[in-house]
Order: sequence, then structure tokens, then C-alpha cells
Amino acid sequence: MSSKKDAERPEQRKTSFSRRGFIRGVGIGGALGTGLLEREATAAPAAGKIVGPGPVAISLTINGKTQNLNVEPRVTLLDAMRNQLDLTGAKRVCDRGVCGSCTVLMDGKTVYACNVLAIDAQGRKIETIEGLAEPGKLHPISAAFWNNDAQQCGYCTPGFVMAAKGLLDEMPNPTLDQVKHGLAGNICRCGTYMGLRKAVLEAARSPRQQGGKNG
Amino acid sequence: MANTPDYSWPPMEARKVIGQRVKRMDGPAKASGRARYSSDQNPKDLLFAIIKTCPYAHARVTDIDTSAAEKMNGVMAVHINAPKGTEIQWQGTEVATVAATTEDLARDAAAKIKVEYEVLPHLVKEEDLAAAGSHAKAAGERMQGDPDKGFQEAEAVSEGTYGIPMQSHVCLETHGEVAYWHGDQLDVWPSTQDVTRYAGSLSPNLKLPATSIKVEMDYIGGGFGSKFGPDAWGEVCAILSKKAGGRPVKLFLDRKTDQLIAGFRPSAFAHIKLGGKKDGTLTAWESKAWGSGGFPGGGSPPLPYILADLPNRQNYTSVSVNTAASRAWRAPNNQQASLLTCCAIEDFAAKIGMDPIEVFKKNLQYAPKARQETYAYQFDKAAELADWKKLWKPRGQNGPGPVKRGLGLGFNAWGGMGHNSNCRVTLHADGSVQVDIGTQDLGTGTRTVITQVAAETLGLPVSAIKLSIGSNALPPDAASGGSTTVGGVSSSTRKASVNALVKLFAAVAPALGAQPEDLEAVDGHIRVKGSPAKTLTWVAACKKIPAGGVISEMGVTDQRNPGNLMAAGAAGVQIADVSVDIETGVVKINRYVAVQDCGLIINPRLAESQVYGAVIMGISTALFEQRVFDQQTGAMLNPDMEFYKLAGIDDVGEIIVHMDIRPENDKRGVIGLGEPPAIGICAAVSNAVANAIGVRVPNIPMTPDHVLNALEGRTA
Repeated sequence: MSSKKDAERPEQRKTSFSRRGFIRGVGIGGALGTGLLEREATAAPAAGKIVGPGPVAISLTINGKTQNLNVEPRVTLLDAMRNQLDLTGAKRVCDRGVCGSCTVLMDGKTVYACNVLAIDAQGRKIETIEGLAEPGKLHPISAAFWNNDAQQCGYCTPGFVMAAKGLLDEMPNPTLDQVKHGLAGNICRCGTYMGLRKAVLEAARSPRQQGGKNG
Repeated sequence: MANTPDYSWPPMEARKVIGQRVKRMDGPAKASGRARYSSDQNPKDLLFAIIKTCPYAHARVTDIDTSAAEKMNGVMAVHINAPKGTEIQWQGTEVATVAATTEDLARDAAAKIKVEYEVLPHLVKEEDLAAAGSHAKAAGERMQGDPDKGFQEAEAVSEGTYGIPMQSHVCLETHGEVAYWHGDQLDVWPSTQDVTRYAGSLSPNLKLPATSIKVEMDYIGGGFGSKFGPDAWGEVCAILSKKAGGRPVKLFLDRKTDQLIAGFRPSAFAHIKLGGKKDGTLTAWESKAWGSGGFPGGGSPPLPYILADLPNRQNYTSVSVNTAASRAWRAPNNQQASLLTCCAIEDFAAKIGMDPIEVFKKNLQYAPKARQETYAYQFDKAAELADWKKLWKPRGQNGPGPVKRGLGLGFNAWGGMGHNSNCRVTLHADGSVQVDIGTQDLGTGTRTVITQVAAETLGLPVSAIKLSIGSNALPPDAASGGSTTVGGVSSSTRKASVNALVKLFAAVAPALGAQPEDLEAVDGHIRVKGSPAKTLTWVAACKKIPAGGVISEMGVTDQRNPGNLMAAGAAGVQIADVSVDIETGVVKINRYVAVQDCGLIINPRLAESQVYGAVIMGISTALFEQRVFDQQTGAMLNPDMEFYKLAGIDDVGEIIVHMDIRPENDKRGVIGLGEPPAIGICAAVSNAVANAIGVRVPNIPMTPDHVLNALEGRTA
């Protein structure tokens, strides 16, 4: 326990690291075990044109609609959606790709929106929870969550619903073990896992989910 | 003087809505992503605030220069939290806060603030009491009964050291608010467990009357005891809005800062000596406990837990460490007390070679009289559900293979008396019904419970009730903490609904040719008791309310005069069934049984969800959670969610919840449920691990290193 005079160096962070560095470094290791992101990580785009650091005009395709916006290249898809497009269903919780609260579908695959740069999401088909059903209507997965009380505070719920959607699109009739594996990339703090297990199994049995991929 | 109406709950068999497994009223909003939390509020011209925090555990600010940040384009306001000369006592302390047009700009600006520190000596670890030096303060000895005589009479004495480190709440929505200071008015969207009193807490330092502060919150992303007042950052957020010329400001802590300064559960460690007879009767307890709630130090858990009348001598030492202050966490100090007590009892049972259930039951004489029978019943019920007789083996006799199965016990007690609450029920002439309470729904199902009580009382379906909560413009409620909400709001809603009905009956009675007191509200009708033919539909009855008028009645819950609608004193017993791989140290939950009483249950579906959730949170704590500090640097090593581990969907095994709703519990009225089932999990899991592997793993969490160290007889 020593006493010393020391000026803090603003650029140096003791225990954290930059988001962009994390996204680059997460690679396959960070994605494995979550059941998410695997293909995304290996399909990182090759070096393209250099943009930034100031805001860049981009367009995103979200829930079938084209959205034009200006973002700095460092802005994540999650922050662009939440702060600029008022799409607040996806939540920012860990901001480090571990909790799944910001899960969306990109070209049909589940991704953590906090781990995708907005500029890298151009040209991809992005689906968020807002696009699952018209206001006032419930997608069968959301309905199954309600039926099985798979929510308490509800902050993780949109992420779980989207993770369940990604899972069921790929695997329409999962076993309980497959549900547990498929949702292992999401965290709930209120402890709704019992309801979640039942909800996903019920959603898998619902006619609309069985009827089509985009149900 | 008018007679007081009969507010008592309808008898169990007569209830139509209360007791039903009604689905969560806000379920569709949450499951469709349309529920708007305070952190989702995006008012026009919103600014984003970022806090620059201190990286040191103990330091003095010797200089701070915000000029570079203030000059940046897009930076609208800067506030210095810790001016030159401030002594900082924990890492993460707010030094300055910046509001800018984008979050990234605010972060850039915060990085440009230059702060110089004189770094001072720190202590960030408290597990080794001997190393705490002057940071430790003994609270003195306490004694009850005659422990010396008890130890003289003892035929066996067991000793052990047990502990639970600090854990973080990790509310998924971090702490914070959106504030909009326009003119003489402040609008706030906080994330709080106390909508009613938030304005009053903000008011003094902002020098703004509480009546000029509008507080609204529709949803909260977790609180667990850590989100009552506005906190310093809540005030700063409002100040920044004012400084920025009246633009709204969003300030929600980033995950790291939230982990560092927004609360945690205090640690507790104890060396415990238990004496007793060979038949299992305990005769004396002696404990030396210590722990920390951060810089302010800690307070002793209530020991011996539940068995408070066991003759005992105990002392407690509070350790002040250089971390932020702890906060209430779902049953403050009870998880700790249950762990320390139940582990000591199971170690005693192992010492005399007795089934621990028998030892617990043998000693219920030391528990509060009113709950003794309940615990006895619950131990048996839990044992039955866990298949204890078949699966439980004496400690360390769990087969030859590397994977050992074990069972262990924990128990809980909590008050849960309802808080003060005011409810207004308004009946309109068109038959619509509005219920207003300034409470909040933490995800516990408060909206649903209020709606069910109003529907039951008015003889209507839940769909006929329109409910407003989450605003300080509504009749005042109180903080949702200590499992007090359900008792408070169900009582006030019941009373307001009955009071409104009394008025409606008076308006309707002439049309039915009856006296008001002869009427009842059933199945959407107002009818004459005993003459079902004399009836009016609800809508027709409400038409008797004079045109343009309403019936609007209050119901008041006063904790000092609770009546027969609510009560205090919940009890529960839990059993963990685990498998431990003695080669890898990995602990897995096979099954977990929770038997819980909470009086009259308004919605069994939501009550079960509360217990599932409490148990899962506890399993997470027992297996994974610990705030890890580095004494060398004074830094927390896991202020995140990668290395501060939480249980996932596949980590919690199978959970069996049994609500103890026998009539003798039901007749006590409504008792809160948030806390009680959250107590006892660490105890049950620790005991199950000890039962499986034959040695005690002293400290939570049951991580592989802790388990392997215990197996190899290492102490750290």
C-alpha cells in the first residue's frame, strides 16, 4: 500500500477494452459456446474502403424498411437502433456480447447487436422484435412467453424472443436440451428460465411457427 | 357514523378471480418488445451523459481540468462531481459528468477531462480479518441465554468456518434516469423501486419543490433492492439538463460503473461452534463473525438464524474496505444468516451421525412459536418432494465413482407486511372502471395483482379494469422493497373497491327495490342477495350514477393498522440436490425443491414465478457469483458480465416449487413473497456439496477451485 502521485492517462483503461477491439478480437472463441454468431464471426468482411472517423451516411434494412442515417463508424448496430431509430426493443445490458439482451436476426442468424458495427450491417436483412408482429398483435413466440410467464422485469425478454426465433427458424422441433443449448447465449436476472424452457417448446408446437420460417 | 364496510377477503371457495392463474397483465407489452423502460425514453433533442470515474480505490483529487472537454463541439454541459481536494474512497467514484449530443461524443469529452490524483493506501479485501488492521471495528459481544451452561451440557461440539463474499445485483437495466428540466418544471423517467418518493428525494439538493418534479416509470429492468433513491447521478442528470438550457438528458450507468458503485450484497464470514446432545438437541452456539458492506463497513447477520432462542454468545467485526457502499439485496442479511446457521447445523448433524432434517426439527423449539408447526410441516413436505429418504446418504458415503450426489437443506423467514398504500377506484356512468395507485411493478406482477383484487371485489373480469401505476401524480404508494408491495396494494385496492361498491349500491338500490346492504356484485351484475332474479348488469347499474358524475373512492393501507387483509411472517424450507465431480470440482444442480408459505395467494402463477426466480438467482449466487478485487491495484477485476458470472438457462437444474397454501396460512391474509424464497439457497447448495464430497467447502460460490481446495485440505 504505497502512496504516490500519479496523473491518470485518459486513453488507458485498466480493466476494460475498446468495443471495436473486442469485436475484432472476439473471433470464433468468443462466439463458441453461445450457439450464436458462429457464422458471422467467420464471415467477417474483407478490407473495404476506409471511412470515418466522422459520421458516415449509411442505409440499413430493418424489418423490411430502409432506414437512412448518419453514424460514426464506431457506432454499433444496437446504439444506432436505440439512439437514432427509436427501436428500443433490443436492450443494452452488458455491451460486450455476453448477455444476449440485444439479440436481433441478421440475414436470418441471431447476432448480438452490440457486437455488430452499424456500418457493417449495411446490405444485411435485419429483423428486430418490433418487426415480429403488428402493434396490438402477438407473434406466436411472444404469445408462448406470455402463456408460460417467461418474463418478470422483462428487460431480457426481447432478446430471448429473438434468440428463440432464430433457434426455431433453424430447428423447428427442438428437444428440451436443444432449447437449453440454443438459449445459452442469453441471461435473465429475474430467473425466468423455467417458463422460458416451456415457452420455446410451446412456440415450436404452435401452427403459425410450424407453418413458415417467417411466421 | 356510518358503519365500516366489511373489507375482509371472500372465503377461499367463493373467490372467482383471486387465486386464479391469471396471465401477467403486462405480458404482451414485454414479450413484444413494446414495453418502454425509462432507459428506452428518447424525448426530442435528447442529450447523452457519460460519467468519468476514478480508477483508484483511495485517492485525493489534486487537480481537475475540464476545459478541453467543454470546448468540444457537441458538448452541452459539464459537471464536476469531485472538485479538487475531494478524498475518494472507492474505485468508480464519479469525478465529472458530461452531456453531449451523442453518447460517443460524451465519452470522448469525458476522456479529455484531465484529473490528477494523489493515490492513497487502500484495503479492498476483507476475507482475511487478520489483514484488515485498523479497517476492522469490533461491535462487541452479545449473549442470549446461558451458552456456557449449554456447552457444559453438550455431548458433542462441532466447529466450522463459513462465508459468503460480496455479490452484485446486476440489474439488467443499469441505474439511471432521463431528466428534462424545462422552466420551473423537472420531468424525470427513472429506474426506481420508489416512484412515490423519488421526487421528494431529488427535491432538496435541486432546490426545487417536489411538486414541480414529475416522475414517471412504466417498467423497470430489475432492482432487487438496489434502486430506491435517485442517487447522486440522478441529481447530476437533472443539473446537466438545466445547464444545457433545458434539453433532456439520459444518464444510465455503463455496466462497469454500475458494477462498481451501484450496490452489492455485503459479505459475511463466521467461525461457529455448536454444542448439543447426541439426540440432536442443540444446547449452545458461539460465533465470531465479520464482513463488509464496503466503505461504511458491515452489520451482523441475525444469528443464529430463525433458531434465535438457542443460547448463544456472538461477536461481529465490521470491516471497512475501499469499495462503494452495499445496498439492500432481496432479503438483506438473511441469505448470509441462513448460510452460516444451516451450514453449522448440518456440520453438527454430520458430527453426531444424524439426519439433518431430524436435527432441524428437533430444534424448532428455538424458532418463533407461531412458525414452529409450519417449519415442521415444511421440512417433511420438502423431504417428500426431494425424495430425501431414498436419496440422502450420510455425509461422504455417496458411492465410489468420481461424481458424487448430495442433498442439503436451507430455510427462510421473512416479514413481508404490506406497506402504506393509497388506491383510488373510479366508476364511470358508462361502466368503465379506473384504478389508480402510484406504485410500480418490478416484474413481480403488481399490475396483475391489483387488477385481480379490483375485479374480484367488483364482480368483474380482469379485462374490465383499467389500471394506472408508475407516476407520482397518482395516489401515493411506497417503495417496493422488503416484500411489502403485494400486501399494501392488495389491501388498498380491496378497500377502495369495496368503498366504491358501497356508493354504487346506494345509487342502484331503489331501482332494485332493495336496501343497499342487501346487494352484491357478482359475475358482472349487481343483484339482491338471495334473489338472483332481481338483478342489473354492471353497465345498467353504472347508468344509475347521476349523469356526468362518477363514483371515486379511496382505499388506504396503514401499516400500523393492517386489519385482517394482510400479515407478516413467511416461512420456507428448501432442499438442493447436487452432483459434484471430485476430479474437476464442477458442481451441478440436479433438482431444487422450494416449499414456501406466503399467506393468501392472489395469483399462484405469479407466486410460483417469484419462487422460481428467487431460487434461480440464489443458485446463481451459490455456484458462480463473487466480486473479485485485486489488493495490489485496488481494482475490481470483474466489473462486467463476462467474468462476473450469472447462471444461464442450463445451469439451474430442475426446480420444484410447492406453495404452502393450507387454509391456516390462507386465513392470515396477504404476505409478501419477493424475499423469503430468495433466502436459503446458498445454505442448501453448500450443504448438498458437503454431503456429496464429505468435506465442507467453506465459502460461496461453489466454484471448482473452492471445491478442489476443500477436497485437498487447502484453505485458500
